Amino acid sequence: MNRILFAKEGRAVYISHLDLMRTMQRAFIRAGVKIRHTEGFNPHPYMNFALPLGLGMESRCELMEFSLIEPDGPEELPARLNAVLPEGIRVLRAYESDLKFKYIKWLDMEAHLFYYNEAHPAAAIETFFSAPALVIEKKTKRQTANVDIKPLIASLKAADAAKGEVLVSARIAAQDPGLSPPQLISALEQLDSALKPDFVRFKRLEVFDKDMAVFR
Amino acid sequence: MDARLERILPQVQKPARYTGGEYREVIKDRAEVDIRMAFCFPDTYEIGMSNLGLQILYGAINAQEGMWCERCFAPWGDMEEQMRREKLPLYALESGDPLTEFDALGFSLGYEMAYTSVLNMLDLAGIPVRSADRRSLTPLVFAGGTSCINPEPMADFLDLCAIGEGEELDVEILKLLRRAKKEGWDKPRFLQNAAKIPGVYVPSLYTPVYNGDGTLARVDAAQGAPEKVTKRIIEDLDRAFYPTHAIVPSTEIVHDRVVLELFRGCVRGCRFCQAGFAYRPVRRHSTQFLLEKARAALEDSGYEEITLSSLSTSDFKGLPELADGLLEWCEPRKISLSLPSLRADNFSMGLMERVQKVRKSGLTFAPEAGSQRLRDVINKNVTEEALLNSCRIAFEGGWNNLKLYFMLGLPTETDEDVTAIARLAEKVLHTWREYAVNKARGVRITVSTSMFVPKPHTPFEWEAQVSIDEYLRRVKLLRESITSKSITYNWHEPHVSLIEAALSRGDRRVGAVIERVWRSGGKLDSWTDYFSMERWLEAFSACGLDPGFYALRTRGEDELFPWDVIDVGVEKRYLARERGEAYAGRVTPDCRARCMGCGANRLLERRGCDE
Ligand code: SF4
Repeated sequence: MNRILFAKEGRAVYISHLDLMRTMQRAFIRAGVKIRHTEGFNPHPYMNFALPLGLGMESRCELMEFSLIEPDGPEELPARLNAVLPEGIRVLRAYESDLKFKYIKWLDMEAHLFYYNEAHPAAAIETFFSAPALVIEKKTKRQTANVDIKPLIASLKAADAAKGEVLVSARIAAQDPGLSPPQLISALEQLDSALKPDFVRFKRLEVFDKDMAVFR
Repeated sequence: MDARLERILPQVQKPARYTGGEYREVIKDRAEVDIRMAFCFPDTYEIGMSNLGLQILYGAINAQEGMWCERCFAPWGDMEEQMRREKLPLYALESGDPLTEFDALGFSLGYEMAYTSVLNMLDLAGIPVRSADRRSLTPLVFAGGTSCINPEPMADFLDLCAIGEGEELDVEILKLLRRAKKEGWDKPRFLQNAAKIPGVYVPSLYTPVYNGDGTLARVDAAQGAPEKVTKRIIEDLDRAFYPTHAIVPSTEIVHDRVVLELFRGCVRGCRFCQAGFAYRPVRRHSTQFLLEKARAALEDSGYEEITLSSLSTSDFKGLPELADGLLEWCEPRKISLSLPSLRADNFSMGLMERVQKVRKSGLTFAPEAGSQRLRDVINKNVTEEALLNSCRIAFEGGWNNLKLYFMLGLPTETDEDVTAIARLAEKVLHTWREYAVNKARGVRITVSTSMFVPKPHTPFEWEAQVSIDEYLRRVKLLRESITSKSITYNWHEPHVSLIEAALSRGDRRVGAVIERVWRSGGKLDSWTDYFSMERWLEAFSACGLDPGFYALRTRGEDELFPWDVIDVGVEKRYLARERGEAYAGRVTPDCRARCMGCGANRLLERRGCDE
């Protein structure tokens, strides 16, 4: 299978997952890159994304799988696609891989926390997350359940950024079950509301397999 | 990105509407730009980005050196609330700069119900809504679009109106503005000079004087302002700007496809249709040009669908060659072609058949009136026989979902005409029973009616709209005459239509009503989420005006109309003649059968109509 590694930054972070698929489809057509379609009643280009990214989040490690009809020259794919992609979506690498996306286990992320009025030291945040258990209420469509998110956090560091800003870097579970980055903020909100930031910017940095090796 | 905007975006629905950054968005270097315009569309992003006019003018203005045209749309309510809370003024998508920093704001006025949104957008930008309260030269607030052929209801809010097609006119206006800025003109001096550009109407240079009964006595034009402002057209469409590098939205919009404009104007002359008269004379693109541009636009955008757009696609002379050429290119690339506004004739049906090989989605016909008599009155030249024939071809071809559109409240309509709609629908059903290839799948025939809105610059500009009660009575009559379960009847709400009628034939005094509606919370009035009949009625009465005066009154033959100051080409005496023919139940041949001398050919300098 062919794969691209791409970044989604700037204004493009507001493109929803569904819209991203359409955007990619059109970009491939614009670039004149032909890819295989699905079979069946309503054939459409086969495109598979690893770990759908939440709306508003930035990422440097998005992966998309597809199958080139003309297999020659994936080396020039990044340049061809980047010439026709909207601002903020950038293909970093094109390659081949047969590793299934389900083997992605961990991901590195950053949360940039902003406090408008009162500053909070990064140390307090680190201490908060070092608790032996972090049981939060998780709402699904039908019910609310209590989950301990602590086992889903492999590591977490917090550093003071500018005044009133804290940079949290964490390695968290990616899927089955995964931790969504906003749940880290929910934990602050629910368990120590004084630490709740006024605004957060999320960034996804890298994905890993179960042995903590970079996944491609 | 502005920090306030970044805080807001996660809180609102579909934030991609408010960010810009789409493929083919135009970004220019501020240092190399001396005129900045914001193309303002007083409706949502999804509606505005589906507008071909926006893509054309955006491209045409940005093709000019030193001019940068950006876009701005009306925010949905949730976004507006957040913007007002964060004190984030309305901004243009490309640069994110607030509208106050622009030299010109050009509003697109395609329909009357968008008027309140113009005021709301100005206010969100922190700009006074009334022209008289904006003392400085910039930002100049102007408007163009179909609704401007009666500019009076919006006259108090606009510095000037660009009448007709804007590709050349907008650029001329901006060039004059550039000169005015350089030479330090004040706003009155600029407007006086702008009024000399053909197609420019400067409302502040005209003073309406009213009779005791509320009708218009005369309009005093200031010195130097033309008595009548004549609509601008592009004579040779093939030489005008064509948007092959159009913006491709990153989020889904209403018409998410390439739109190919075949021609402007219409040869038919349906008497109720404003576009049919206002866009005359007919001018067409050459087939070769269209094939080239269609390919270029598809390749450039990556869209997998193309639609042919024009008032009456079937009337395009080169349609067979065009369809062949497009299909030949599209089919191997799995690009689908859609053909709206086809007439119910044999050729068109054959074409539909070829185009929609796989997808037999719904098919729509618009007979507009149920009886032949009334169809003759409105000059909708389609016979029952032709319609049923088309239905037969459709049913034989496997279609089983048919929509029929009608208007209620057309001039001279009787109960007979109303129940004729039910009978016609039954004949269509009967045709299905006789010719359907697959009866087991059943059939769905949908009859829709809307309330007729008499429009300026049409033969029915003198006519009264029926009252809401009368419309509802006719709806009930029709509902009771439809007995078959296979026929569904939908009728449109009449309240918006009444307000639309009052606005479309309104005079300058109606501006106060629009302002009051907006001040009491009105905006995005074409959306049922926002439209409030009570708000409009309250505003009319607070301003001492009666919507009935504008909507429900039959005008005297010699009455001076607020929109008479605009010359769209078709002359008023011709409209009067057509109205006479309507009452006599006589049809008028289309322009190709015989030129009836409507006057629109005066707008052409080098060629004749439809050449
Ligand atoms: S001048 Fe004649 S041909 Fe031209 S639009 Fe009018 S009626 Fe039609």
